[in-house]
Amino acid sequence: MQQISLLLASLPDGILLGFVYGVAAMGLTLIWGVMNVINLSHGPIIALGMFGTYLIFFKLGLNPYLGLFLVAPLGLLLGILIYVVAVHRVINAPHLSSLLATFSVNMIIIGLGTAAFTTSPYNVDFNMGSVSLGSTTLLGTRLIAALAAVIATGSLYLFLYRTRPGKYIRAVANNRSAAELMGIPSSRILALSFGLGTMLAAISGALIATFFPFSILSGGGYELKSFVIGVLGGLGNPVGALIGGLTLGVLEAVIPAFMETSWVPVIEFGLFILVLLVRPNGLFGAKQ
Amino acid sequence: MKNFQKYIGIIIPLLVIAGLLLYPAITGKAAARETAFTILKAIALASSLNILLGYTGYVSFGHIVFFGFGGYVGFYLLSTQGMSLWISILAGGLSSGILAFLLGKAILRLRGAYFALATIGVNEAMRAFINNFDLFGGPTGITLNFKAYLAYGGAAKALEMSFYVVGALAVLAIILSYIIRTSKFGLGLLAIRENEDAAEVMGVFAPDAKTWAYVLSAIIPGMIGVLFFFKNGNVEPHDAFPLHASIELLVMVMLGGQGTVLGPILGAFAYQGMRGYLVTSDFFKDIQLSVSGALLLIIVLFIPAGAIGWLRQRNAILRRVLA
Amino acid sequence: MKRTLFNLFALMIVLGLALTACGGAAPAATEAPVVEAPAATEAPVAATEAPVVAEEVTVTIGFTASQTGAQEVSSKRQVNGFNLWMNQVNEAGGLTLSDGTVVKFAAQSYDDESTKERVQELYTRLITEDNADFLISPYSSGLTAAAAVIAEQNGKLMITTGAADDDTYKQGYTGVFQLYTPGSLYLTSTVDMLKTLDPAAKIAIVNESDKFSTAVVGGLKPYAESQGFEIVLEEAYASDTADFGPIINKIVDSGATVVLGGGHYPDGSTFARQLYERKVGIQFIGILVAPPDSKFSELGDAALGVTGPSQWEGKATHTEEEANGLGIEWFGPSGEEFSAAFEAAYGDKPTYHAAGGYTAGLLLERAIRNADSVESEAVKAALDAINIFTFYGGIKFDTSAEAHGLQIGHSMVVIQWQKNEAGELVREVVWPADVATKAPIFPITAP
Repeated sequence: MQQISLLLASLPDGILLGFVYGVAAMGLTLIWGVMNVINLSHGPIIALGMFGTYLIFFKLGLNPYLGLFLVAPLGLLLGILIYVVAVHRVINAPHLSSLLATFSVNMIIIGLGTAAFTTSPYNVDFNMGSVSLGSTTLLGTRLIAALAAVIATGSLYLFLYRTRPGKYIRAVANNRSAAELMGIPSSRILALSFGLGTMLAAISGALIATFFPFSILSGGGYELKSFVIGVLGGLGNPVGALIGGLTLGVLEAVIPAFMETSWVPVIEFGLFILVLLVRPNGLFGAKQ
Repeated sequence: MKNFQKYIGIIIPLLVIAGLLLYPAITGKAAARETAFTILKAIALASSLNILLGYTGYVSFGHIVFFGFGGYVGFYLLSTQGMSLWISILAGGLSSGILAFLLGKAILRLRGAYFALATIGVNEAMRAFINNFDLFGGPTGITLNFKAYLAYGGAAKALEMSFYVVGALAVLAIILSYIIRTSKFGLGLLAIRENEDAAEVMGVFAPDAKTWAYVLSAIIPGMIGVLFFFKNGNVEPHDAFPLHASIELLVMVMLGGQGTVLGPILGAFAYQGMRGYLVTSDFFKDIQLSVSGALLLIIVLFIPAGAIGWLRQRNAILRRVLA
Repeated sequence: MKRTLFNLFALMIVLGLALTACGGAAPAATEAPVVEAPAATEAPVAATEAPVVAEEVTVTIGFTASQTGAQEVSSKRQVNGFNLWMNQVNEAGGLTLSDGTVVKFAAQSYDDESTKERVQELYTRLITEDNADFLISPYSSGLTAAAAVIAEQNGKLMITTGAADDDTYKQGYTGVFQLYTPGSLYLTSTVDMLKTLDPAAKIAIVNESDKFSTAVVGGLKPYAESQGFEIVLEEAYASDTADFGPIINKIVDSGATVVLGGGHYPDGSTFARQLYERKVGIQFIGILVAPPDSKFSELGDAALGVTGPSQWEGKATHTEEEANGLGIEWFGPSGEEFSAAFEAAYGDKPTYHAAGGYTAGLLLERAIRNADSVESEAVKAALDAINIFTFYGGIKFDTSAEAHGLQIGHSMVVIQWQKNEAGELVREVVWPADVATKAPIFPITAP
């Protein structure tokens, strides 16, 4: 009985967080789906998004949610830059090349970030109040972040399915050479997709910064979570990522009710391997 | 001469190791020995990874799990059960091999990036598990009583001995790598790398071959783990399974040239040398990570075959000499 | 054919030499040729003790610092404290030994990136390349454990500061000396205070799962139980935990009124912030490491009422009168002098980590004076015998074979973040009662 009351207290929170994790994973999985590249600079870009919120809040004095409209285009541009400099040349090379290319971007960002911000933890002391719901307390920042995450997902969906560049992206993801034959400028579309992926990462980072402390090294943990979510939801499936994010959020809320919190990663990664083995298209994807 | 030429592929790597082993004695500096230890350790680990990565083309992102797991098992036997270093090292290698065998049966079915992701998952799951595993000290880890070094002639002697042992393990890794490279088994692995399905058609039983390659690539990291923790005197879960160290190993293999015996050696040498220099240099230490990253990026983009591969492409004679 | 081979060898050798040179041997070329034998690690540094009249020697003190990574905040403060001591001694003309030798100090340090990977390589380098005469520990128990092995193996003395875990001193070392009160005693004084506030409190112990915090809990739990407290929850969390929501729900669910635990700065400050945001009605919070840091006030209202154990506080600094009362010899500047000098140098009030760094130097200075020598063996004997009182408090080491070097002379205080008349957050000392600057706020939220 005790477990159930604990569950009820933790679940809503897990769901709210899950939306935000989902946005981060969506960025990763979009890039994977379109160009078969695992973006190892994902974590540092999330961290840059966090610092985006920090700088906007403290230096420009803007509301962090308004700041999203600044963080998002910057994330997009950064992604396009990374694609042009580091990824384009190895897009057709074996996996190892693109993994290492994005990993070197990871090192460059963390190195520069350390020089600029040190590795100290930062806090955006931003409070949006809280709502009490029975036995649980929902924090305003998390509610808004979840809402923003849903809006971001919706916009991505509309973009992919209702606009011409979006349709191009889906076409390139589906079959790049066929898309090229149809006259789709595949290089530009790949750069755009990479940019969208990093934009989502930066947005999720910006949202996370409103309720968790962070440092330039924080991205690594969210990158690992993104891997797990991507696999749970099926790699290359952006909508699956949102569901995967919710699954992870719920797991993180539920597991501590039954055992010590330090077991959470054991179960998470165990599940991750299991899903990879048994359902490589994700928990909710088509069975292979 | 003919014979010499035939074995040149193993002679050069062994000469490099010999040079590294003698280097501290020549300069007479213990710091040189530490630097050489780090490089030799990297050579042994990178050469082991190369057996999987270079020969079969499977990208293991979590190879350090064997270092950590084997190291933990051996170090537990050494510090808590009072076994000798030698038995512990063997036990560490054995347990890593068994882990690789069991894992290999399961995850080697995955290909490409899916395999890479699974290895990350294995590493993280293992780290989290050891953190909760009280027999191995949980989060506190295991500390070796300083008296344990007495059995090896005192701490200073034990340190010196560790250096020669790591050299021996590096030699072992290279010989293993060379034998596989020149054997029929190795040829089968290379066939898997080029085209796994075609290899199966040609009579290579890929699942078994891959599994054995995985096992062989895991044993020496396990042994190195025991030795390294013995030398360190203690271990904690987050030191034993550093994910970034796995990636650094990939970088080393890549730098030197995957699928060659000499490549990982040169790569380990170059990478560790560079990091060691950047971390302690006054000029670069603030942005050393960025400098390393930029260099790596240049190599990945412009010399994707690594140093050895690049040399081989340039020169027909080198192609024969550089195995 | 032969020619190609020759070229190849030449290439290898050049490449090898160039890289090894990069790998760190390069600075060696410029250094004075020290007497070198394969067993050079054992040889004492000969240059420092030649008994020539009024000679000036420079003693090199080596350490690694976490300039990056998880331990950065506390490590930097520790290094600042140490540097302050060194600059003061050198500016005052150094130490003069009885034979007229003037001893000055120099520091050599590297960034350990808060990971153990290179700590041992760097300490070996400090000892053999940079010829460090004495060592100071890195910050944090884990890094120190790795560094201590190297110090001991090479017969160098190491003063540890910022390394409280008890375990390291029970490994048979003889040259490692701990400045901090051991970890197992960190929260026992908080329990004593709690007993006067609410003997019926229900305690939830929630700690980081790492070496130091586990050692603290190892001492806390039996002590709290022996004092009649009920422990309703024990929970360990991973070092990089960002979301404490599920844990806080568990705390609420357990019916705890008091939360004790934490770990290091990043997780401790996060935990405190989320405890506040959720308004869960905890009456008392005691957290390790984070609260005594000045940066903790960045949490704003979330910091209010949070307590933490501190090795030293500017407001309750130890005094010469106290030392005289105890009949222990006093040494070094007063707490006010130290605080003023630190603030002048770094524009920041010193925390206990800074005081620890400074005192590490001070202790070494005193030991060298007592030994009247800079030789390791003599200084080691002096450290074994030392029993002094400084602004930081008492310093005395366990000299038994089981726990050699463990600190037994020092005691901690408990601080709490309170608001002053101007409404600013300030750290007040609330325990022990005889040095307290304010009474503790209890409960911090009404039950």
